[in-house]
Amino acid sequence: MKNTSHTINKQHEDHGTSKSLIIGFAYSIVLTLAAYFLVVEKVISGWVLDATIVTLCLAQITVQLLFFLHLKNESRPRWKLLIFLFMLGVVVILIAGSLWIMHNLDYRMMTDMSSMKNLQTQ
Amino acid sequence: MTTPTTLEHDHHAEAERYDKTIFGFWIYLMTDCIVFATFFAAYAVLHNNTFGGPSSRDLFSLPFALSETLILLTSSFTCGLAMLAAHRKEKAKVMALFGVTFLLGLSFLGLELTEFSHLVHEGNSWQRSAFLSSFFSLVGCHGLHITCGLFWMFVMMAHVSIRGLTASTLRRLTCLSLFWHFLDVIWVLIFTIVYLMGVK
Repeated sequence: MKNTSHTINKQHEDHGTSKSLIIGFAYSIVLTLAAYFLVVEKVISGWVLDATIVTLCLAQITVQLLFFLHLKNESRPRWKLLIFLFMLGVVVILIAGSLWIMHNLDYRMMTDMSSMKNLQTQ
Repeated sequence: MTTPTTLEHDHHAEAERYDKTIFGFWIYLMTDCIVFATFFAAYAVLHNNTFGGPSSRDLFSLPFALSETLILLTSSFTCGLAMLAAHRKEKAKVMALFGVTFLLGLSFLGLELTEFSHLVHEGNSWQRSAFLSSFFSLVGCHGLHITCGLFWMFVMMAHVSIRGLTASTLRRLTCLSLFWHFLDVIWVLIFTIVYLMGVK
């Protein structure tokens, strides 16, 4: 396979195999069910549960990027990966920034119900 | 001597065009991620602002959301299988697998609309609270993408059945499959953030 023309080789690695699809599908089903049962059966709670669900979600997204969106098979100058990472940076700034600013606004305006209660008890 | 070189040249030009199109479509998908990120940010900020109305814990049913997730995951899988068949030029298999993907996508959309109409009938529409506004815009935006994807899939199936699996059809099918997998990734985020973390 290595000695055939560049184009054929590239197209071959671009879309994966049915084996990699089945592996990806199995992983994503297992990860979805794991997260679901952790929440429904209430095995753990609090921030541990939050952290576990988020980790499972990130694992699931990684699996889908690798096996369904074929990000791992990209040939050398890895522009797709670069753009993906840039998007990730923008998204982190956007979401973390929004939460930060709005939380700060909430705090200063005292509209939060819990802080109202605090005021009443004081 | 001239024929093989022209053929090779054509092949090379087509491969380059394929790469460029897929790359351009990838950039579109990444910008669409940012669109979804703004909706997610709005939801994260507003999900406690229920204005005395029901919260996410009172409204969402996890088994329902799980069935939606499993349907969409399966449709993503059949879409991937359809693309493998397309690269092997197996037209009948491509039509069958995209048909299955289409039906799964349609049932997902049906479930989502059932949930929406249920919420609206109980008086919990997007006008009820800031939380529900942000919920409807986030999940509705995903549903709108699914609707566009289904329409696109229908057109592409007609295209394949009329013109067969040509180089240009294959290129467009690849874009469609990327779009469909991308919507699956977004739904996984919605399932985790809106449903799992909202109900727990």
